[in-house]
Amino acid sequence: MDPFVLARIQFATNISFHILFPAISIGLAWILLFFRLRFTQTGDRAWEYAYFFWVKIFALTFAMGVVSGITMSFQFGTNWPGFMEKAGNIAGPLLGYEVLSAFFLEASFLGIMLFGKDRVSNRTHLISTFLVAFGTTLSAFWILSLNSWMQTPTGYRIENGVMFVESWWEVIFNPSFPYRFAHMLLASLLTSAFLISGVSAWRALKNVDGPATWKVLRTGVAIAAIAAPIQIFVGDLHGLNTFHHQPAKVAAMEAVWETEQGAPFTAFAWPDAESRSNKYAIEIPYAASLILTHELNGEIKGLNEFEGQHPPVPIVFWSFRVMLAVGGLMLLVSWWAMYSLRGNREAGRNVLRALSLMTFSGWIAVLAGWYVTEIGRQPWIVQGIISVKDVVADHSSATVTGTLLGYIALYGFLLVSYIGALRYLSQKPAASLAMAPAGFRLPEQASNKGEV
Amino acid sequence: MEYWLPIIYMGAMGLALLVYVILDGYDLGVGMLLPLANDAEKDTMIASIGPFWDANETWIVLGVGILLIAFPTAHGIVLTHLYLPVTIMLMGLMLRGVAFDLRVKAGDARKAMWNKAFFLGSLIASMAQGWMLGSFITGLESTTTNLAFSLLIALTLPALYLLLGCGWLLIKTEGSLLTKAIHWARNSMLPMGLGLFLVSIATPLVNPAIAEKWFSFPQFFSLAPIPLLTVACYGAIAYLLRQDNWIYRGHGWLLYAFTVGICLMASIGLAYSLFPDIIIGKLTIWESAAATESLLFTLVGVVITVPAILGYTVFVYRIFRGKAKELSYE
Ligand code: HDD
Ligand code: HEM
Ligand code: HEM
Repeated sequence: MDPFVLARIQFATNISFHILFPAISIGLAWILLFFRLRFTQTGDRAWEYAYFFWVKIFALTFAMGVVSGITMSFQFGTNWPGFMEKAGNIAGPLLGYEVLSAFFLEASFLGIMLFGKDRVSNRTHLISTFLVAFGTTLSAFWILSLNSWMQTPTGYRIENGVMFVESWWEVIFNPSFPYRFAHMLLASLLTSAFLISGVSAWRALKNVDGPATWKVLRTGVAIAAIAAPIQIFVGDLHGLNTFHHQPAKVAAMEAVWETEQGAPFTAFAWPDAESRSNKYAIEIPYAASLILTHELNGEIKGLNEFEGQHPPVPIVFWSFRVMLAVGGLMLLVSWWAMYSLRGNREAGRNVLRALSLMTFSGWIAVLAGWYVTEIGRQPWIVQGIISVKDVVADHSSATVTGTLLGYIALYGFLLVSYIGALRYLSQKPAASLAMAPAGFRLPEQASNKGEV
Repeated sequence: MEYWLPIIYMGAMGLALLVYVILDGYDLGVGMLLPLANDAEKDTMIASIGPFWDANETWIVLGVGILLIAFPTAHGIVLTHLYLPVTIMLMGLMLRGVAFDLRVKAGDARKAMWNKAFFLGSLIASMAQGWMLGSFITGLESTTTNLAFSLLIALTLPALYLLLGCGWLLIKTEGSLLTKAIHWARNSMLPMGLGLFLVSIATPLVNPAIAEKWFSFPQFFSLAPIPLLTVACYGAIAYLLRQDNWIYRGHGWLLYAFTVGICLMASIGLAYSLFPDIIIGKLTIWESAAATESLLFTLVGVVITVPAILGYTVFVYRIFRGKAKELSYE
């Protein structure tokens, strides 16, 4: 295969693996802070238990995020050396600020958060928990700023093919950044909300005892029920912004080939690149124009205006629909669960089943969303300025194939292990968990060493 | 500015990588020592690095980050050339980072497997780093001699990490594990010393430019303290390990300190050999430096955050000072 294509697949594999874990840890860090605060406020040990159960999973998730993140920090150089040569003046400092302001903060205070509770005061521990949550959010801030700048570059000038900064403010707060940042934070909150309520629902279904199962389930459902509609709203704004700045991407998302007024929304179709048209299309008249221009007869530019310069259509089109479907499902399930939990009721088995099926739904939406964003930017690495082909490293395809297979095998193994560990921890009854706080601990577990 | 900024960044990058070697070196070393310990000792060894390893690894991210921020062209060239060893190192680091957590979270049946993975990941990552360093010193040219040289460093660096790991265990452990650690330290001294000696001889041989920098007068004399101090540190370590009652009386940190001394001398020597090139014989730091305004922008952040980072790193080490006990989430 073409080494260029391989390099892209490799990069995509690595970043897809990486994002799975920040997507959980950004949101989960704040949820843990909430558990911690509730315990301090109420003195209810169930909240403390909730904290200790989920902090274990957080630690594991965080470790996965860190090691795959280290891979990411080398990937720009190993796969896209030209990118740093051309855009290093802008990308470098943004990545640098992420390391300096966020990575050290979270990595250092994580130690106190995880292992320091009997060595520091309650206040120091609370502050450490806060700093970890703050650090994860700060890293999302910087990296999304860079990613958004690659989508909607502003604040730069070009001399001899190299980009220089004109205004840092415009670089950091580029036009698509506020939307992407908000959308990603909400995505992370939703991903972790469905994770905690899904695992809790599963525990309730299997009758695994735990003093905090229902409290955690309620917290997760409440967060999801609030965040899901906001996410849909923000997603819509995000789409409008993209329509404004990256019309070719939106045309691919909607599979609009010819420029049209009053374009229909295509609910289902097979976009065919050969004939440059949609097969088997099911359309809702005027809907796309209505959503994107807020006018029945608004004009949507078609892909044919960008021939040779637009992204591959089917994958963008389908990823977008997967994200929308998951977003819709999240809204339905969380509101349904909310309704069945009203007035301190225990949810029925069907609700629990639905919630536990949705445990990893956030991952699906997050990956789909990023595929829309990133593949939708093709063929550019920096929209309209640098194309991906110009920056790729010249490795032989044998080398890249070999390492790619290695990565895929390792990631598959790690992912299976991660989910296996989650399952294993969730199955253990509360009393047998070595990390349960003193009140819950049985004498024989007190000797379980090396518990980290 | 245009003259000084690249020098400042070169210094910062060297410092970040040195701190990386000193800090992550000990936890990689502990990882490589793991199979030699019994099950209870394994738990204590892991517990001794638990709160630190994550932040330790962040230093290499910073080192590579500075390479990227300050010398984007060199960043591309170096990492493209080192593609394979970098990939192997990353896989090693991933395996060990995850094994560290999963060994106690995936059920007792799997613990032995994750212990092995932790060992293997640490070994692979350490050797790959040695290999990368070797290729870097030889100016990224893959001749047979250079490959042999890289192989030599790929064997020496893990030995150095082993000694750092032993030093760490002398500080953090007691009882039978401490006695074992002293024994391990004695065993890793010789291979490390031999490796270091061979590397020192081979470096000027494989790279004439470096030979010229070292073996001309009067530099030769002003540089003499570097090898002399290295030998002195080595001697001190050997002496300390013979007089092990020092260690039992709580001065075990001296071994770690002298090993750090060796790392420091080696990196000063390396910095001198390199400067002012970022890729030996090919690219100077000024040729590959990023735009001045970008460097200045980041420098502001460096000046604000680095003291803070050092501050809370010390804070964390103080909180977890003393002998390692079982780690728990409480
Ligand atoms: C839990 C995750 C999740 C959910 C439920 C949704 N999204 Fe999303 N979406 C993301 C997670 C995400 C993401 C992974 O976070 C992306 C990728 C890049 C980004 O900023 O957000 C994204 C990108 C993204 C884009 C791409 C913009 C661009 O690349 O320029 C659009 C237009 C939307 N979203 C719109 C929506 C709409 C209308 C939703 C309503 C159902 C929705 N998203 C639900
Ligand atoms: C916010 C930080 C991110 C940055 C800076 C970033 C940057 C990049 C770069 C440099 C490329 C390679 C060039 C290209 O093919 O366009 C790329 C491609 C890609 N990225 Fe991202 N990315 C980020 C986040 C993500 C995430 C979180 C995902 C997925 C979960 C993702 C998915 C992809 C995919 C699938 C490609 C391949 C597109 C293709 O080649 O067809 N990206 N991104
Ligand atoms: C190409 C893009 C990316 C690079 C180069 C990158 C790099 C890294 C690195 C080096 C780490 C480890 C930090 C440590 O040592 O503590 C890390 C962790 C992290 N990254 Fe990324 N990352 C990328 C994409 C993303 C994206 C898209 C997000 C989220 C929006 C993100 C959020 C985080 C967070 C929150 C962590 C903390 C660890 C965790 O939560 O699991 N990163 N990343």
